[in-house]
Amino acid sequence: MNFSVVTSQFWALCLQGVALGLIYSLISLGYTMVYGVLRLINFANSEVFMVGTFSILFIQVSILRHPLNVEPIHGIQLIGALLLSLVGAMLVCALLAILVELVAYRRLRAHGTNRLASLISAIGTSIFLSESFRIFTHSRPQTSPRLLEKWTFGEIAGANFRIDTVMAIVASIAIFFALDQFVNRSRLGAAIRAVSMSEENSRLMGINLNRVVTLTFAIGGLTTGAAAFFYTTIYENTQFNVGFNLGIAAFTAAVLGGIGNLRGAFYGGLALGLLEQFASAILGSQWKAVTVFLVLVLVLLIKPSGIFGEAVQQTRT
Amino acid sequence: MINIRDKGAEVWDTWNRPKRVAFVLISIFVAGLLPFAANWGPTSFLNTPITSFQNVLVYPVGMFILMALGLNIVVGKSGLLDLGYVAFFAIGAYSQAILSTKFGMNTWEVLPIGIAIAMFSGVLLGLPALRLRGDYLAIITLGFGEIVRIIALNSKETGGPNGVAGIPNPPAVFGFKFDLMHPEHYFWLVLGMILLVVWMIRRFTVRRPGRAWEAIRQDEDVAALMGVNTLVYKLWSFVIGAAVGGAAGVLYASKVMVISPDMFKFDVSVLILACVVFGGIGNIWGVILGAGILAYLPDRIRFISDARQLIFGLVLIIMMNMRPDGLLPRKKREKISEKSSK
Repeated sequence: MNFSVVTSQFWALCLQGVALGLIYSLISLGYTMVYGVLRLINFANSEVFMVGTFSILFIQVSILRHPLNVEPIHGIQLIGALLLSLVGAMLVCALLAILVELVAYRRLRAHGTNRLASLISAIGTSIFLSESFRIFTHSRPQTSPRLLEKWTFGEIAGANFRIDTVMAIVASIAIFFALDQFVNRSRLGAAIRAVSMSEENSRLMGINLNRVVTLTFAIGGLTTGAAAFFYTTIYENTQFNVGFNLGIAAFTAAVLGGIGNLRGAFYGGLALGLLEQFASAILGSQWKAVTVFLVLVLVLLIKPSGIFGEAVQQTRT
Repeated sequence: MINIRDKGAEVWDTWNRPKRVAFVLISIFVAGLLPFAANWGPTSFLNTPITSFQNVLVYPVGMFILMALGLNIVVGKSGLLDLGYVAFFAIGAYSQAILSTKFGMNTWEVLPIGIAIAMFSGVLLGLPALRLRGDYLAIITLGFGEIVRIIALNSKETGGPNGVAGIPNPPAVFGFKFDLMHPEHYFWLVLGMILLVVWMIRRFTVRRPGRAWEAIRQDEDVAALMGVNTLVYKLWSFVIGAAVGGAAGVLYASKVMVISPDMFKFDVSVLILACVVFGGIGNIWGVILGAGILAYLPDRIRFISDARQLIFGLVLIIMMNMRPDGLLPRKKREKISEKSSK
């Protein structure tokens, strides 16, 4: 127990917690969007994230030809390189998520069979993906080149506003805002909301169900790809099993906020990120996961549908 | 798709009692001969290239069948998605490890205690968690599995990341020695436990708890309205599942003699769940077949060592797409009523 850390580094912990939390939120969209529409846990999303981090490595090392120990680059070149990695990772993840839906979910959905069957086929997909990258990288962690020089804007009350942290926070909030607008304002967004309310009725209203499902997987992939980009710029390494822990954290965040709910994912991620930072500062990082799950149990006991979940108490089983 | 299970049930129904008893006895006898299959010409293709076949039969095959049967009570019978089943296995294994190395108890003495501890932790987890439904229950159980592993990893009593070594084998019973030289004895022991669990599940299924679980699985609200005390019966299925997992854990620890926290990761829970769904959720014979295949396959294809998990993933995807209800699905009658209840 070390409570003095909390007072001395309060703002620093907050800042890191927010940055980590927003990364969780972005990944948790991959779970929450799919859950909202299909009522299924998109188990393979963690591996979509993992592939996203590797795609950034691939873009920066093999396409842009930056060796690992390169000097940080500046100006237009830097912006170009970062944008290319971000967009590239988002596209790769979106395509992969669509592919996952085709392989693991589509046929099973057409049959109208039990939910567990699709859970297992998604687990199969995720084993397949992580194993292929394990074999490909010989189980070794991979470092990504540091393109972005990590200068800081300055220090406020002990919190170090480093460029990568600030970038992750600002960009994630922007992505969330855009997505929120898209889902609540656009025609396609209305279709997504309709399907999440009732699959049968929306089909009767002439909504192409498969297209909506593909769209939600693609959106989940896009945000997961963005999360992969921010993760790699901040932590500068990746591994074949990087998806597992982040995936579980993101799924927890989604449940904490109320799964199936866009804003719930945002706040759930934030809450989880802050909680993890403070828990590991006070109790030591090995008890982080335990604290998180205990809080989750408490939240669910008081409010079974998550903090921002629907009023309906029961989810479809 | 042909439903072999229903065909089997039709044939079974036409038999009279002596025929059935004979069939069961012969089946058990054949299963008991399995450890010798690797050395007998026609079935030698079963042999596993690296670990000896008899050891593979005990762990993973026998243990996984046992655990899959236990998980099947929770997931298959009462429809509760448990993603942290490995926790009970770990609790059983650590009970055996600590009680035998620190208090000098033997396996047979630990077995009831280990089962009791697993059941108690089942109640501890179940009481809050079972009020939640569906995927919320899934994430809580997942968290519980991780918590048990993290506690084992970080506390002194459990030996931290190194785990516990020097766990004694079970003492001999009726001249059957349980040591490295006699893996077939372990197999018979596990087989006995499997039969016991199968018998227990079959008794439960036709009686009150079985009917209550069936009702809860199909529609919990209706079950509650019809006077089923849903929380109590859900807790029962959870605790019985935990007991089976704990028993498997005790046996496992005394077989392998060294345990460490990384044997009880989330993957094991997923694998056991995969066994249940792969074989045919809710159907005992399907679960046994599924667990047998999924536990055995990675060891059989060890020659492609690096890619075996990869192929395992592929098999899961392809099988689920081809037979979403598993290899041997549960009775048709139950399935129809399940659909119409939606």
